[in-house]
Amino acid sequence: MTNSLWGRLDDVAGDAGYDDHPPRMGFFTDTSVCIGCKACEVACKEWNQVPDDGYLLTGMSYDNTGALGASTWRHVAFVEKSLDVSTVDLGLPAMGPPEGQGQATESGDNGIRWLMSSDVCKHCTHAACLDVCPTGALFRTEFGTVVVQPDVCNGCGYCVPACPYGVIDQRKEDGRVFKCTLCYDRLKDGETPACAQACPTESIQYGEVSELRQRAANRVHELHEKGVDVARLYGADPDDGVGGDGAFFLLLDEPEVYGLPPDPVVTTRDLGSMWRHVGAAAATLVGIGVASFVGRRR
Amino acid sequence: MREQSMVPEPEFESYYGRQILKTPTWKTPDVPLYLFLGGMAGGSALLAEGAALSYRPDLERVARLAAAGGAAAGTVALVHDLGRPERFLNMLRVLKPTSPLSVGSFILAPFSALSGAAALSNLTGRLPRLGRLAGAGAAVFAGPLATYTAALVGNTAVPAWHEAYRELPFVFAGSGATAAGGLAMVFTPVAQAGPARRMAVGGAALEIAAAEVLLTRVGMVAEPYQQGRPGRLMRTARALTAVAAGATALAGHRSRTVSVLSGAACVTASVLTRFGVFEAGIASARDPKYVVVPQRERLRQRQAAEAH
Amino acid sequence: MAEAHPVGFQWVMEAKKRGATVIHVDPRFTRTSAVADVHVPIRAGSDIAFLGALVNHVLSNDLDFREYVVAYTNAANVITESYEDTEDLDGLFSGFDPETGIYDPVTWRYDPPEEMNAEERERAGELEQEERESTAGDHQQSHQAARSESHGSGGAPVSWKGRRDETLQHPRCVFQILKRHFARYTPEMVEEVCGIKPDQFREVAEALTSNSGRDRTTAFCYAVGWAHHSVGAQMIRTASILQLLLGNIGRPGGGIMALRGHASIQGSTDIPTLFNILPGYLPMPHADQHASLDEWVRGDEGKAGFWGNVRSYAVSLLKAYWGDAATADNDFCYDYLPRVTGDHSTYTTVKGMIEGSCKGYFLVGENPAVGSANGKMQRLGMANLDWLVVRDLQMIESATFWKDGPEIETGELVTEDIGTEVFFLPAASHVEKAGSFTQTQRMLQWRDKAVDPPGDCRSELDFYYELGQRIRDKLAGSTDEMDRPLLDLAWDYPAHDGEVDGQAVLREINGTGPDGAALSAYTELKPDGSTSCGCWIYCGVYADEVNQARRRKPHWEQDHVASEWGWVWPANRRILYNRASAAPDGTPWSERKKYVWWDAEQGKWVGSDVPDFVADRAPDHVPEDGAKGPDAIGGQDPFVMQTDGKAWLFAPLGLADGPMPAHYEPPESPVHNPLYGQQNNPARRKLDHPSNPINPSWSEVFPYVFTTYRLTEHHTAGAMSRTLPYLTELQPEPFCEVSPRLAAERGLEHGGWATIVTARTAIEARVLVTERLRSLRLGEQFVEQVGLPYHWGGNGISRGDSANDLVNVTMDPNVYIQDKVGTCDIRPGRRPRGRDLTAYVEDYRRRAGVDMEHPEEGGAE
Ligand SMILES: Nc1nc2c(c(=O)[nH]1)N[C@H]1C(S)=C(S)[C@@H](COP(=O)(O)OP(=O)(O)OC[C@H]3O[C@@H](n4cnc5c(=O)[nH]c(N)nc54)[C@H](O)[C@@H]3O)O[C@H]1N2
Ligand SMILES: Nc1nc2c(c(=O)[nH]1)N[C@H]1C(S)=C(S)[C@@H](COP(=O)(O)OP(=O)(O)OC[C@H]3O[C@@H](n4cnc5c(=O)[nH]c(N)nc54)[C@H](O)[C@@H]3O)O[C@H]1N2
Ligand code: SF4
Ligand code: SF4
Ligand code: SF4
Ligand code: SF4
Ligand code: SF4
Ligand SMILES: [Mo]
Repeated sequence: MTNSLWGRLDDVAGDAGYDDHPPRMGFFTDTSVCIGCKACEVACKEWNQVPDDGYLLTGMSYDNTGALGASTWRHVAFVEKSLDVSTVDLGLPAMGPPEGQGQATESGDNGIRWLMSSDVCKHCTHAACLDVCPTGALFRTEFGTVVVQPDVCNGCGYCVPACPYGVIDQRKEDGRVFKCTLCYDRLKDGETPACAQACPTESIQYGEVSELRQRAANRVHELHEKGVDVARLYGADPDDGVGGDGAFFLLLDEPEVYGLPPDPVVTTRDLGSMWRHVGAAAATLVGIGVASFVGRRR
Repeated sequence: MREQSMVPEPEFESYYGRQILKTPTWKTPDVPLYLFLGGMAGGSALLAEGAALSYRPDLERVARLAAAGGAAAGTVALVHDLGRPERFLNMLRVLKPTSPLSVGSFILAPFSALSGAAALSNLTGRLPRLGRLAGAGAAVFAGPLATYTAALVGNTAVPAWHEAYRELPFVFAGSGATAAGGLAMVFTPVAQAGPARRMAVGGAALEIAAAEVLLTRVGMVAEPYQQGRPGRLMRTARALTAVAAGATALAGHRSRTVSVLSGAACVTASVLTRFGVFEAGIASARDPKYVVVPQRERLRQRQAAEAH
Repeated sequence: MAEAHPVGFQWVMEAKKRGATVIHVDPRFTRTSAVADVHVPIRAGSDIAFLGALVNHVLSNDLDFREYVVAYTNAANVITESYEDTEDLDGLFSGFDPETGIYDPVTWRYDPPEEMNAEERERAGELEQEERESTAGDHQQSHQAARSESHGSGGAPVSWKGRRDETLQHPRCVFQILKRHFARYTPEMVEEVCGIKPDQFREVAEALTSNSGRDRTTAFCYAVGWAHHSVGAQMIRTASILQLLLGNIGRPGGGIMALRGHASIQGSTDIPTLFNILPGYLPMPHADQHASLDEWVRGDEGKAGFWGNVRSYAVSLLKAYWGDAATADNDFCYDYLPRVTGDHSTYTTVKGMIEGSCKGYFLVGENPAVGSANGKMQRLGMANLDWLVVRDLQMIESATFWKDGPEIETGELVTEDIGTEVFFLPAASHVEKAGSFTQTQRMLQWRDKAVDPPGDCRSELDFYYELGQRIRDKLAGSTDEMDRPLLDLAWDYPAHDGEVDGQAVLREINGTGPDGAALSAYTELKPDGSTSCGCWIYCGVYADEVNQARRRKPHWEQDHVASEWGWVWPANRRILYNRASAAPDGTPWSERKKYVWWDAEQGKWVGSDVPDFVADRAPDHVPEDGAKGPDAIGGQDPFVMQTDGKAWLFAPLGLADGPMPAHYEPPESPVHNPLYGQQNNPARRKLDHPSNPINPSWSEVFPYVFTTYRLTEHHTAGAMSRTLPYLTELQPEPFCEVSPRLAAERGLEHGGWATIVTARTAIEARVLVTERLRSLRLGEQFVEQVGLPYHWGGNGISRGDSANDLVNVTMDPNVYIQDKVGTCDIRPGRRPRGRDLTAYVEDYRRRAGVDMEHPEEGGAE
């Protein structure tokens, strides 16, 4: 494997050994137009025959699937956030907008903001899950996406804590791990992934990553022009800690508000150093061993 | 206003307080035991080789058995931990340097085979030369076996593990030595156990020192090592290690009783350390604070640097 | 809209991307509010006050689109001297009979023309006669309902165009009446009634008026947040008045969009499942009033506009039903048509079931035990039937109430004592059969069958066809006159693979001419029996023998009107009354809003849509005296379905509760009506039964408002969502939403349980404490609202109490729809079980002083 572990990488599929391959495909999820309809969640389950994830009222706004996991490959987060607006009327939750506060957000109400965002596997340029997989069950496709082969996975679970986004997870009863495949089967047929196809508002945009990055930059610019200063891209930067995501986002608040790590780094960035430290420690151990035998015989 | 008498919690936002990372699916006690067994077996293999070279047959036998037994039990623990144990061998289909688990399989497998052969030969007295050769081979893999598990856990996004990747190998090396020495002290006559005692004491010193560096260097991520159950485990382990090492140094060579007791304490301390490290990692994965706060800080520093 | 019409909402998002301002008026902060530019939290049931104030704002600041208003609406019409307004009568209009609770609309009429011709005089006489009839005897209610519902495709027939004062100065002209009527609807009043701050009101008013006029148009979308009230029709009327004053009707980007419900709910009013109309909004004949075909069509026949040709539509319908048996000699089998004798609407029928007058019931694709207001009434009714047929995809609560309904738990019903024989017949779902949906734009879209239905499931078409055949077989050879309507039916349709071909039915609905070929427009229909047509407004959907509804040319392959996707009634016209998109002289109002205009050279109306006008009628055309039907439409009368060609700011006829909207409090309300002494809609339709007690207004026992609504994740009564794992996991349990203030007041815990109580019963639900629900301040009073999704019932993967068990039945008098709001109490913890529950509710009733002698009154007035 010639996988470089870190930094900018412009041809992921090529790096993974594909000579002649299609362009890298991915998602731009524009959460500013998401209406939280969850069509993406349902479409994903229908297409990929993912089992239900239990029937639990979480109390987390309208989110009852909670997080991405082995049986939730698309997850729509609902963030209810009060806006700190000092009100004239005591006893009343934030009601009236102070001057000029109105356009600071994309949301229509000045007392509360309800952010919705459809999360998914990021199909990282440097995918920790893939790096650490000891069996090769996780692999890079010709589209530059990251996919698990369920028939190879031995359930070692290494990929689970490796993912800096907490995406991939194990299905307890089954032992294997699962996550979004970016609808590899559909891509091979030239089709759009099920979730993107179902999204009514084009919050999920599927396409060539290079083109999507352009589109995303334009959209942020457009929103900034409109005074939505809070708009920012997440995962679109090819120089970030994972070399950029194949599935990136436009957010209206800090990433952690949506349950995303603010500055994720692929763990294998430090792998060289790790091995060096392991080597040194191993040597130290040998040293202790040797030292234990030198000196007085007692 | 609430009282602000305590140190204020670092301010951070999260999604309903939910964890960001996935909790490692690795099971207890399988995995922490495996961490322990690997270290103990590695240290023992070294001890066995030294004993063979310095002609301490009692020590050699105990250490050989410890190395082989540790490796075998470790393999069982590892296989047991797999979600699909029947697919254990898939791990040996490829060697992936980016995957410490893969690399580890290629350490564990030969080590198990070699240490097993050495132990068998030692027990039966058969093929002594080959046995010795196998023992020497096992010793080659001993250091890596005892320490690669630090890379195994370090090479994850789990804050308490990843942030500690520099120190953990030394903690594990030290802890492995403590365990190997301790175990040998329990089963070997005092007269032959000198190297075991020295190994235990040396390991303890290394472990305690490395853990100390770890706690001071990793910032807030040290919390899980200090709080709650993992905190208790780590503290107990350290105290036990210190006491056992002290006792060993002072009286280990004089009293079989002291030797047995402090040897057992060493082993126990090593087990506790592994459980502590393991559980500290789990705790840090469960709390979004350990993801958000350090990453925010990193971003802040980067932005500050860029601004200059 | 994002919640219940997410797919349609994509176009709102698209408009927003292009710069549109999206305003959302809703008691709750919803997924729609989340992406809207402005969210206006409003007290449930108070929309007339809000919209009325917008009307007032437009009128008192001269912000109306005057040229449009004068030319295209009845603003200039002068109303009779005897008309009295709510201003004069403290909340009543003239003509109210407190005994019957019914309005006689005779005083709301247009002033007759100064010089009446003989015919007009005769019509005047007839009208009075009809109106007198309608307000006497026991069929008044049904008559009213039949009348208003039959205007689904156009206004009520007036006798004359009436006297007009185009300066709008006459004190009795509609414009001046409107001004006086709405003068008290001020921003301050809005704050007091709706809880909306004057600043926010002005923000909306400004956005609305600055985005209307020659160059710009504003659209309104609504659904059951307006419709489901005892004043539902009038809420929508208020919006219509506003849109007409701003010139936003008949123009691109304007209009009032009724976002409809089930995928073809529009279709089920066009080809109705309602008791009081026939296909194409022909009124159902009344047993006493419409003894002959002539009497039946008299109301509309010959009047100006396209309703004037009603006889052609009616006769063609009869020909479609009875084919060759229908001849001029037998009035085209008019006598075979069933008659209404009174109110046969759903809730009245249920009362009939309880009282024993209705013995058998078909439930086809409906789950009233969960979906209809006052679930207990529904179940008590069904438990008292001889037989009940349920055709559904799932074993719904309405089919199992006899063994596991809430009344079994409380002991109010005992399984062994229920005599109802229940037949459950599995139905094929929409993907398991071909057919058309008619959606909110009046668009028919044909779907092909995707998969075969499993097991014994069958389509409705197949089922009814065979049912008809079996009945006809049984009756074969009968000489009983009573059986003729069935035996003479034209009841033969070709089958494919053993299934009746739906396209043959669509073709029959489209209609055929004397040569047996498919017709292409309703203008081809004849009153002489030479044409046949199952629904006149659908005529053209099978033009050229092609299923036009099946056209699927994508929008990127055609212009913005996209007229080759599906087919829209009438005549594939995408925007109704689009003549109004041009100025009176026929030129577009503006280049930007150009849509349909007069091309003098070609001598016809042109544009990208099908002009909604007589194609070659010049803008300056003045109809001859005595012209009838379409010939009587003037060149500047865009509202061609109205007998006077004008849009009605003031409805001289056709509404049961007033010619103009007035704000009344919901039947259950914690608030005194600040606008009038009259608390409730005086004409509201009450359902008097001990199982339907109303919470008294202003009751301290029931201090909170609740409103019910949908979640994106579930569908209506839930059988199509609670039974599916992928949808259930998304909203796995019934819950209620409350504000933090209310939670504190009642000690409700986020995630805990709450019991919600009305005079009907108490239900339990988990609690979501959220700022998305607002505490509203009305003057000195705080009003708290409890939000309740209504999707749950006892069956399915996820089960729970039904919100509808809390809801009372009080109806809008025009369309007999129930109210979606009411008052309640809410307490922490789960509800009592079994008999304790009835005792618990009884205690509430006693404390609130519910008058069980007159349970429908609630004791407010
Ligand atoms: N996902 C989903 N989609 C559906 C359905 C479904 O069950 N699930 N049902 C379909 C059907 S049958 C229909 S009829 C439509 C209905 O579509 P909608 O009318 O959009 O549905 P609701 O959620 O009942 O009501 C809409 C809103 O009205 C608000 N509301 C309540 N009272 C008032 C009031 O007095 N004034 C105002 N301004 N707002 C008020 C509620 O808070 C709610 O947000 O949806 C259709 N689409
Ligand atoms: N409190 C309150 N109550 C309300 C409302 C509200 O807003 N608040 N909204 C009201 C509104 S707008 C509506 S439309 C009603 C809806 O109330 P209902 O119509 O009673 O409820 P649905 O669940 O839509 O019932 C439709 C049934 O048809 C079945 N079905 C689906 N397809 C087919 C088919 O092809 N053939 C047959 N035979 N069956 C089929 C489904 O399984 C389902 O059980 O609820 C009303 N009730
Ligand atoms: S987000 Fe996680 S699971 Fe997805 S590719 Fe990146 S590391 Fe792997
Ligand atoms: S669990 Fe499966 S996919 Fe994940 S690292 Fe192990 S073998 Fe690879
Ligand atoms: S791309 Fe496919 S697998 Fe991934 S979330 Fe979307 S639908 Fe699911
Ligand atoms: S389908 Fe689109 S709009 Fe709906 S929740 Fe998913 S991303 Fe948001
Ligand atoms: S369920 Fe069907 S009709 Fe309703 S929004 Fe979705 S696609 Fe449209
Ligand atoms: Mo509906």
